[in-house]
Amino acid sequence: MNWITNYVRPRINSIFSRRETPDNLWTKCDNCGTMLFHREVSDNLNVCTNCGHHMGITPRDRFIALFDGGVFNEVEVPLPQPDPLQFRDQKRYPDRMKAAQKETGEAEAMLIAKGEIGRTPIVAAAQDFSFMAGSMGMYVGNAIIAAAEEAVRFKRPLILFSAAGGARMQEGILSLMQMPRTTVAIQMLKEAGLPYIVVLTHPTTGGVTASYAMLGDVHIAEPNALICFAGPRVIEQTIREKLPEGFQRAEYLLDHGMLDRVTPRTEMRDELIQITRMLLGLTPPVKGDLPKPEPETVSNKDETAPEAVTE
Amino acid sequence: MIQYLEFEKPLAEIEGKAEELRAMARETEEMDVTEEAAGLDAKAAELLRTLYADLTPWRKCLVARHPDRPHCRDYIESLFTEYTPLAGDRNFADDHAVMGGLARFDDRPVVVIGHEKGNDTKSRIERNFGMARPEGYRKAIRLMDLAHRFDLPVITLVDTPGAYPGKGAEERGQSEAIARSTEKCLQISVPLVSVIIGEGGSGGAVAFATANRVAMLEHSVYSVISPEGCASILWKDAEKMREAAEALRLTAQDLQQLGVIDRIIPEEIGGAHRHRAATMATVGEAITAMLKDLSGKDAPALVDDRRRKFLNLGEKGLAA
Repeated sequence: MNWITNYVRPRINSIFSRRETPDNLWTKCDNCGTMLFHREVSDNLNVCTNCGHHMGITPRDRFIALFDGGVFNEVEVPLPQPDPLQFRDQKRYPDRMKAAQKETGEAEAMLIAKGEIGRTPIVAAAQDFSFMAGSMGMYVGNAIIAAAEEAVRFKRPLILFSAAGGARMQEGILSLMQMPRTTVAIQMLKEAGLPYIVVLTHPTTGGVTASYAMLGDVHIAEPNALICFAGPRVIEQTIREKLPEGFQRAEYLLDHGMLDRVTPRTEMRDELIQITRMLLGLTPPVKGDLPKPEPETVSNKDETAPEAVTE
Repeated sequence: MIQYLEFEKPLAEIEGKAEELRAMARETEEMDVTEEAAGLDAKAAELLRTLYADLTPWRKCLVARHPDRPHCRDYIESLFTEYTPLAGDRNFADDHAVMGGLARFDDRPVVVIGHEKGNDTKSRIERNFGMARPEGYRKAIRLMDLAHRFDLPVITLVDTPGAYPGKGAEERGQSEAIARSTEKCLQISVPLVSVIIGEGGSGGAVAFATANRVAMLEHSVYSVISPEGCASILWKDAEKMREAAEALRLTAQDLQQLGVIDRIIPEEIGGAHRHRAATMATVGEAITAMLKDLSGKDAPALVDDRRRKFLNLGEKGLAA
């Protein structure tokens, strides 16, 4: 407890003592400890305005910031059978799922959407680390397949934001099987000649890194993101020595040739637009915030293949 | 001298007693213990049968890891001829945890790739206990490319605790190497068949076992994480590995029900480590059968078959 939570917060709460006032007006940066006003942080895409530390961001918030005018259409993901193994550890798997759904307000650990970025039609997938550590199970596999199919159908590039602790243990071998399954999805994109850009965010580990997150045409990471197969703790236990500072972080992977770029979240959108348009052979993008696309253009684009893509 | 597993201790006692009796009889001629020893033998056989009739998932893990279980090298020696090892990833090193090369199977030239754990301290260290580093997967990729170019079927033998969690392995792109190996498995237009002969550990196993047909020895295991690892994460207690092994459904029987594997290769009572030659012969028959099963498919059909197999996975659950 510090003076801000004890004194400032009650004061502010009493000033705005309305029901709809969020009770977390202040966010503490996990890195530098600065108290940040929530609006300021969310306007800066959950990047600390003091130290530049990248905090977690939900797929929905990311998409609102990514797509022109914050407009996107969710792509439906076929639901897998729930709890195929009847898995039970200290809790039942369905109970863990329900808790995660309640906490996040999302159905599962991945969100798929289509829309335009810089007037460039794309399909985007984002993994939700706040949902059971973003773990990859049947649903995430289905989501990536759905995203790839949608991209192939409308000849759009796929941009995927990864974030996961790895495979979802509660789905046992079926979660492991998402490694080949998602690889098939990526192959469909590649065969269709469509760009597949992976944005690796903190953290991307385990079976996720060892499948679709490392098969992109272009790999971009957010600063200081942990990206690995085996986590640092497991390695320290195995080799019994302390790992160097920055080991398995984005900048380290960039140095070791596993990434193309490390780009701050606030510059990511422009960079994605730029790269995507070049890969698609389109004219240079119009910079800046674009107005919302006309509703009918969005629906038109859905029915016909976009004219923007030339093959 | 056989190495008894923890749950085989009562068996060790009986067999030990029988052995003692026989040794005594050899020393003192007038003593006749044949009958008694035979009785103990029968008791031991009966116990072995009950022990192996219904192995718990955790016991299967122990059997799958038994040091005397035939390893990749043994299978290659007994089932293949003209084995010509091919080494190196043409990039950094040769990984001894992965062996592979050209060989003949049923007289037909093939490419064989597998994890090798080693069988004594020296070879185990040399083989890194069957835990491949990125170079191992990259060697496999290279061999699969070779097979693809010259239209040779690929046979993979999976036996790994998992990918090696080491500093260098991460530095050199463990994840990328595994991802590319899985991708390569899906791309090659030749028959690819895989047998899980011991441990199918996580991504290290998938990188080889993304095959048209996957078989598992009856007491082998295939899992997303080791029971110990799962227990320490979900139960916060590595000693709960028995519960974790149960929950993970890592046995051949469960995996067949889930549609992850295509066939179970039976082991004789007492497991592969007690019946090495017989087990290897049965594995050979299974490989022949799986290759025969694919013989009618042309190149695009083989690729399509593999893709479909994995895309459709997950439709089957376990019966309650």
